[in-house]
Amino acid sequence: MTATALPTRGASAAPVPPRPRGRRRRERPNLLAGLLSLVWLVLVAVPLYYLVSGSLRTRQDYLSTNPLVPPSDPTLENYRTVFEGGFPTYLLNTVVVTLATVAIVVGLTLPGAYAIARNGGRFVQRGFSLLLVGLAIPAQAAIIPVYLMITQMRMYDTLLAVILPTAAFAMPVALLVMVNSLRDIPGELYEAQTLDGAGPFAVLRHLVLPLAKPAITTVSVFTSLTAWNGFLFPLVLTQSEDTRVLTLGLWDFQGQFGTNVPGLLAAVTLSVVPIFVLYLIGRRYLLSGLTAGFGK
Amino acid sequence: MAGTTLVTTAPSPAPTPRGRPRGTRERPSGWYLAPALAFFGFFAVLPMGLVVYLSFTDWNGFGFPQPSGAANWERLVADGEARDALLLTLLFMVVTWAVQTPIALLIGVWAAGRQRNRAVLSSLFFLPLLLSTAAIALLWASVLDPNFGVTQALPFLDRFNFLGDTDIVIYTVVWVVSWQYVPFHTLLYQGAARQIPHSLYEAATIDGAGRYRQFFTITLPLLKYTVITSSVLMIVGSFTTFDTILILTGGGPGTTTRIAPLYMYITGFSGFEFGYASAIAVLLLVLGAGLSLFVTRVTGFRAMQSQQEGL
Repeated sequence: MTATALPTRGASAAPVPPRPRGRRRRERPNLLAGLLSLVWLVLVAVPLYYLVSGSLRTRQDYLSTNPLVPPSDPTLENYRTVFEGGFPTYLLNTVVVTLATVAIVVGLTLPGAYAIARNGGRFVQRGFSLLLVGLAIPAQAAIIPVYLMITQMRMYDTLLAVILPTAAFAMPVALLVMVNSLRDIPGELYEAQTLDGAGPFAVLRHLVLPLAKPAITTVSVFTSLTAWNGFLFPLVLTQSEDTRVLTLGLWDFQGQFGTNVPGLLAAVTLSVVPIFVLYLIGRRYLLSGLTAGFGK
Repeated sequence: MAGTTLVTTAPSPAPTPRGRPRGTRERPSGWYLAPALAFFGFFAVLPMGLVVYLSFTDWNGFGFPQPSGAANWERLVADGEARDALLLTLLFMVVTWAVQTPIALLIGVWAAGRQRNRAVLSSLFFLPLLLSTAAIALLWASVLDPNFGVTQALPFLDRFNFLGDTDIVIYTVVWVVSWQYVPFHTLLYQGAARQIPHSLYEAATIDGAGRYRQFFTITLPLLKYTVITSSVLMIVGSFTTFDTILILTGGGPGTTTRIAPLYMYITGFSGFEFGYASAIAVLLLVLGAGLSLFVTRVTGFRAMQSQQEGL
């Protein structure tokens, strides 16, 4: 009986990040969980501190001093080295892959979700089920046939080869989020538009599109992260330096830089900066985007 | 640059249904779903069928796959390395689940509370979410470096070679993966714990139930479906853990961290035995989908579906 109460609560809160509910919960502090949180905080903070401080060290400093002591003579030299390497190309490639993937995913799932939310036909519902099965399918299992298809389509070693499968495998979650959001639009709104003589496409444009903006944001964030961090598809479907994305570039730096660990740490730090800036701008969207579509 | 590529790529695979005739009925036509379905079908469903076909062929990556009957499957059944990889995958899956679930559950429930410092603390421990898998694996490879790593500068930890000791390296991988994903699962639990009606706790307090009693009789039962969701994601995730291990250990030392997806990748893309690798991929596909179905069904598939609809 309590379980049935949950979905309704969820329904109203889904598109918007959880808002403050209730005042103080319990007076006594939860010692066990609080302590665990602090331990976790240290375990998160130490490697990140090492990452940033290490990237500011000279190689001699790195080899000779305790990695937890702040760098004695901080330098930006490592960042310069990274920037003079292939980094700008990798960054640009990643941006292109990310934007194109988001465009495809949003462009295809929005009308799809509209049909699912407003058309109860068998074709539509079967299609929805098929796409949802994709939630449980590991992309790895498909990598060999995708490689075959991409080479046969003569797209190997192009950015498009990365974009298309990445978009396809990001689609199930995106569709789930879109459908859940569009189902929350009251039926009266659709009917009012229809009475005014709007066809389905006009409804999509003038009613669904504006109301689905939170869902579109969530889907964009989630898809961006997937595409930005993608590793398997670029690894298997590209080869040359011109098409290398950031994640592969980092891996490549590891081999290329050999013992230049501060250089590697600078590259890793730089790869996080764009996402970190996004995080600072839209923290709530990013966090809701990350968990979008995954239950209560 | 970015713009031009965008324009050329976006419309080509499946145009949005801009040109569809405006229906006279109020409901959108099913065709609105067709582009998404076609796209997903071509790049995700078709490969699933194709990989089954490829598992019955011999293909070195060049030219065309040649039918080879059940040879790959006979080989797979007899392959001790594949069996080891699979067992290692299961071990990895179980340990990863057992490590992540309690941590994420406890921190998530704690972070669902409402105090100022919690907001700051929680946004701090969500930071690993911002790093890509590649970045995380490289960072930890450096942190755990047996010569210059952070662990070498710490008491007690300096006696371990986390990436070189064959007995502990798999647990090192579990740790790195947990470091990456615990924040995500914490978010799930935090969101779910916030949905629990406050009045339930008030009633329990009046009835004299203490914190731990409340946790086990209210919080945990109401988070049941979150546990399921999170577990399914972890299980599928364990089957897809690949880049972390490839970067962190390359499957080594020896074969001590070569779990099944990595074995498949190495067989195919390093050994050029794509037919045999496809057979391993089919196994992964069946096991991954089967396990997540099993978990959802045994623990209340229907209920989770209705929750998804309520989202």
